[in-house]
Amino acid sequence: MNTGLLIVQILNGLQFGILLFLVAAGLTLVFGVMDFINLAHGVQYMLGAYLAVTFVALTGSFVLGLVLALAAALVFGLALEFLVFRHLYERDHLDQVLATFGLILLLNQGVKIVWGAAPLSVPLPEFLTGNVALMDGILYPTYRFALIGSGLAVGALLWFIVEKTRTGMLLRAGASNAPMVSALGVDIRKLFMIVFAFGTMLAGFAGAMAAPILSVEPGMGDTVLILAFVVIVIGGIGSIRGAFVAALIVGLVDTLGRSFMNDLLRLFMSAPSARATGAALSSMLIYLLMAVVLFVRPEGLLPARGRT
Amino acid sequence: MTLKFALSLSAGALALGLATAQAQEPLKIGVVSVLTGPAAALGQQVRDGFQLAVDQNGGKLGGVPVQITVIDDELKPDVAVGKVRSYVEGGKVDFVVGPVFSNILGAIAKPVLDSGAILISPNAGPSTMAGKACHQNFFVTSYQNDQVHEVLGKYAQDQNYKKAYIIAPNYQAGKDSLAGFKRYFKGEILDEVYVPLTSLDFAAELAKIASAKPDVVFAFLPGGLGVNFVKQWSQAGLTGKVPFLSAFTVDESTLPAQQDAAVGMFGGMTWAPNMDNPQTKKFVAAYEAAYKIVPGSYAQQSYDAAQLIDSAVKAAGGTGDKDKLRAAIKKADFTSLRGKFKFNTNGYPIQDFYLVKVAKRADGKFQTEIAQKVFEDYADPHAKDCALK
Repeated sequence: MNTGLLIVQILNGLQFGILLFLVAAGLTLVFGVMDFINLAHGVQYMLGAYLAVTFVALTGSFVLGLVLALAAALVFGLALEFLVFRHLYERDHLDQVLATFGLILLLNQGVKIVWGAAPLSVPLPEFLTGNVALMDGILYPTYRFALIGSGLAVGALLWFIVEKTRTGMLLRAGASNAPMVSALGVDIRKLFMIVFAFGTMLAGFAGAMAAPILSVEPGMGDTVLILAFVVIVIGGIGSIRGAFVAALIVGLVDTLGRSFMNDLLRLFMSAPSARATGAALSSMLIYLLMAVVLFVRPEGLLPARGRT
Repeated sequence: MTLKFALSLSAGALALGLATAQAQEPLKIGVVSVLTGPAAALGQQVRDGFQLAVDQNGGKLGGVPVQITVIDDELKPDVAVGKVRSYVEGGKVDFVVGPVFSNILGAIAKPVLDSGAILISPNAGPSTMAGKACHQNFFVTSYQNDQVHEVLGKYAQDQNYKKAYIIAPNYQAGKDSLAGFKRYFKGEILDEVYVPLTSLDFAAELAKIASAKPDVVFAFLPGGLGVNFVKQWSQAGLTGKVPFLSAFTVDESTLPAQQDAAVGMFGGMTWAPNMDNPQTKKFVAAYEAAYKIVPGSYAQQSYDAAQLIDSAVKAAGGTGDKDKLRAAIKKADFTSLRGKFKFNTNGYPIQDFYLVKVAKRADGKFQTEIAQKVFEDYADPHAKDCALK
């Protein structure tokens, strides 16, 4: 194993983690503050990617397309909140799961009718094509650096909102004890709507940012949704800090596992069996991690304060 | 009511009854394909390629009007077997054409063949049904799955590449694929990587490839996996540095998403949209006019399946005599889009295989193009295990 490769793989892990964080942040807010299980969060990520495809092609500019896609994702999120989610807040978790699962089916089929079943893509923005040479010929794509940067910026923004503003204070209070916040005269419905719209936009942002590197296809949100749930369970439900730390851990564990598991196993196994075990083990690794975290700290690594 | 009137009425009814009996009974054909989920892009080509051939024949095959029932297998064996069984048991079915994926074929083969219908696979060609489990009513208009992977292995060996890095999803077809490649490639395998079927990001694998510096990379990454891999491959700056050979990774179903990133990459196939024969030119033009996309091998094989049915029904004078019909199918007396096409004893084709290369057309669309012939009149090795003569 050489250092150059290790550095690249750590960057890859960070970048994957950042992407997961963008999806998980919205999910953990909605889950934590509203006690609402939103399985449709993954399709909102998918929709962000599809909207980016359309608007980038329409405007010919990645940045402009991204902004329009975010706005459209926000409008769509508000419409969903108004039409569907609003009527589910009082219902129990099973109803929420059923209704939002229905939305997954509906929207997966919907994008296929609108955009077709074949995978689509967004071209890389001109100014972010190319590679950065790290050391002795080891290259890293510029766009992935941009992805890491924008993810960190969103993380910082979220930290500021949650820790330093009044809305953020209400959010934290809501995550700890929503009925009490409501009893103190806060319009919890409005707060819910803001949280939900913001969560949708974050998912849409993640989808739009992922569109140039991943294939945009129906069902692309389903895999990400599962990973996002793993992240929020590890991080602690309702905790943005937890989601951030857990997303980075999951990204790093998964990437490094995939890169170095084989080499590690080969130290004490024959090549073919190391290959078979390595492939199986590295794809299980994050779920094993989740199981261990649940065993040691059932409330997650950095749980929202005051939550039992 | 007078007796005379009643008599004329019943005579009229009798005449009417005779007239309906004389009208031809339509050919009942079930098209089983995946139309939901990420693989639907392939399934639509199978459905549309078949429909195109029928439309061009004025809604008839072999001079008989056809009644097509499209069945969405949802890429779930249990769903497929349920829907297909109720279809073939619901009335006399002449042909079932489908499916795209081998695991679905494994599920539907028994109910279809038990019903006496003839099963024609326009894409899936598993080794099991080419060998011991071959069946007199089962035909394949695509290829035996292994062969496509072997094309790339043979080519890599012919090019005298020394070190290869090979990658596939971690499931049976992935393992078969890499085994097929290694059957012909005798150089050193630097690494043999199996990724989960749900992989999104290949940054880790691409970094390893860049650092291992192989002479050649072989990948079997179908559908969305291939789109992600190919885009990220070009973003990682590997384009032009390492030759990229692949099976089912760059084709007409994925190229609209891969676009420029895939140009110059290689695949293996029995046909490409630029194949130099008049029937292909006509087919590609008609398909693009009707469905607005460049047809891939999936559409082509399904179109050939319809032509096969057309020729056989015509030669056998209907589907009444099954032995006659079977013999007519075996002759494969139709003008395949591939040019040469004949059946082996196991119902799989004997045909040429090509290395194909991705290119951008003058109109800005992308397609695969024939680069060179790799196998001539290539029959699959499993036919010797088949008891059919």
